[in-house]
Amino acid sequence: MKSNIETTGEGSANFSPSALPPFSLSNPGAHVRAVHDEFHGDLLEVSMGPHHPSTHGVFRMVVTLDGERIVKLRPVFGYLHRNHEKIGENTTYLGSMPYTDRLDYLCSMTNNWAYAIAVEKLADLPVPERAEYVRVILAELTRLLNHTCLAGFLMQDCGASGTPLMYAFREREKILDLFESLSGSRMMCNYQRFGGCRVDPPAAWLEGAKRLTDAYGPFLDEFEALLTGNEIIMARTQGVGRLAPALAINAGVTGPMLRACGVAHDLRKVDGYGVYPRFDFRVPLGDHGDVYDRYMIRVLEMRESIKILQQALRDLPAGPIMDPKAKLRGFRPKAGEAYGRIEGPKGEIGFYLISDGGPNPWRYRVRAPSFVNLTILEDMCLGHTVADAVIILGSVDIVLGEVDR
Amino acid sequence: METPEQIRDRLLARFPAAQVTVVTNPGPAAQHSLVLSPADARAIALFLRDDSALQLDQCSNVTGVDWPEKEISEITKTTVPDPAGGPARVVEYKTRRTEPGRLEVVYHLYSIALRHGPVVLRLRTGNRTDQVTLPSLTPIWRACEFQEREVFDLYGVIFEGHPDLRRILMWDAFKDHPMRKDYVEVDDYEWEPTPHDDLLEKAKRHYPAGAAEGLKN
Repeated sequence: MKSNIETTGEGSANFSPSALPPFSLSNPGAHVRAVHDEFHGDLLEVSMGPHHPSTHGVFRMVVTLDGERIVKLRPVFGYLHRNHEKIGENTTYLGSMPYTDRLDYLCSMTNNWAYAIAVEKLADLPVPERAEYVRVILAELTRLLNHTCLAGFLMQDCGASGTPLMYAFREREKILDLFESLSGSRMMCNYQRFGGCRVDPPAAWLEGAKRLTDAYGPFLDEFEALLTGNEIIMARTQGVGRLAPALAINAGVTGPMLRACGVAHDLRKVDGYGVYPRFDFRVPLGDHGDVYDRYMIRVLEMRESIKILQQALRDLPAGPIMDPKAKLRGFRPKAGEAYGRIEGPKGEIGFYLISDGGPNPWRYRVRAPSFVNLTILEDMCLGHTVADAVIILGSVDIVLGEVDR
Repeated sequence: METPEQIRDRLLARFPAAQVTVVTNPGPAAQHSLVLSPADARAIALFLRDDSALQLDQCSNVTGVDWPEKEISEITKTTVPDPAGGPARVVEYKTRRTEPGRLEVVYHLYSIALRHGPVVLRLRTGNRTDQVTLPSLTPIWRACEFQEREVFDLYGVIFEGHPDLRRILMWDAFKDHPMRKDYVEVDDYEWEPTPHDDLLEKAKRHYPAGAAEGLKN
């Protein structure tokens, strides 16, 4: 196939993303591979990572450059691979619960919940109402934590060295303190169980959560005053890494990435799992699908999370935290399979389990959102500079513990 | 959403040559699946994506499952009348049969446009050794690209028509497929030949046969 890039040998002036064939459903990916097929002698191949602060862990991008423009990008990962799924097949159902913390190590509470929901589907376990509310509270706190960190890291990638990230980490630490006082661990919470949660949050903890929720809005105001209207950030992020909605859907992109393209798809609304249908909240949508929209969607989602948290903390019913009939030891679900998914902070996190009636799952599969979201990294980076690739990767919001599993 | 049986009937009407069967999920989740014949899988997948009643535009999850060869022993009971006129006897036969092993690729499809799902597709290989080629669904859903690479990497299913089928999580020089049930871990992943090995071989030649046993490692 003939490449559609004219290389001058001197630089990149001739290349623009609009020179690529448009995305079409009949052959998704053709628009990317059109530039793959021919190697130009005057292109430069650069390996970014795996040890590079902007790659958010041990992630490598093999970038082919024409001048400073990216004409090809291959993500390379697996440096953190420990075959999580095989470990899950060799452990009991409950034994995998602490391992799910290590997937996306920023959001252990939502990982726990996704796994618990899959097992509850597999074995048809009821969950008490109070536990459902506590799960919502913890999931929304996790969303606040994750999105705040992401915004901080993204600004770090833009070159705002330190300050926004430290502001974000200050707030994150408050949420982690709450997690620690409830579960005993800051990040590896191991808190959810099949049919409920491990411990009942005491009244003082709920008070603390309320105080944090009330203080979060003002913090966001302060954070946004620094960042949202910032001229440099707008110049760096607007129009960078645009993603078409049709491609995003076809490539299985989920979470804030998908909503930034303007696709109204939030599993909290679509599946209505847990007690989410009882809360009044809106799903923010982007217009352009660029990095700025992805940042903005996350900020707006945090505002919605605060609304959910206020309602959940207000309506939290009394009652048991664990289903009294739930079995912790000797848990053997009947033969069958189930796919359970929730809206994690990074997108759809799902667990697919096949039971053969034994104490271990026959198949234990993790559908990691940031792994699938990386599929279109190249599409978003083509035609941009290396410095833009850094913030595009930052806006995808990957955690390598989950990508590599 | 239509039930898997209705989807199967519609598919069979549209693709008369294809084989589509419904596999019932005995568990309470009741997510039943459709097994497709590999030859027609891509045409059927395209139909499922573009059909106006289904619009399965999102391929959420792709994964492999390993089903090794299984030996099943069954006891059959037969009543044999006594030719002498006495009471009939019950004779038990024990039969053993082996169920052939296979690899399976499972696709979970959802519709973002119509907000329904999942429709679970399964593709099955002929065996676990030499007939492990299945059609890739990446030309239909880009979401399969990395996930099919992962299934290739960890299970050894070869996806025909995949644009870039390479290992994704294991390193390129790795040989086996670690998610298979009969995978045996190597003793030392980081072993590589050193000059020391040659030296040991040379040293062994100085000893009479049999005396070098202790020098093995």
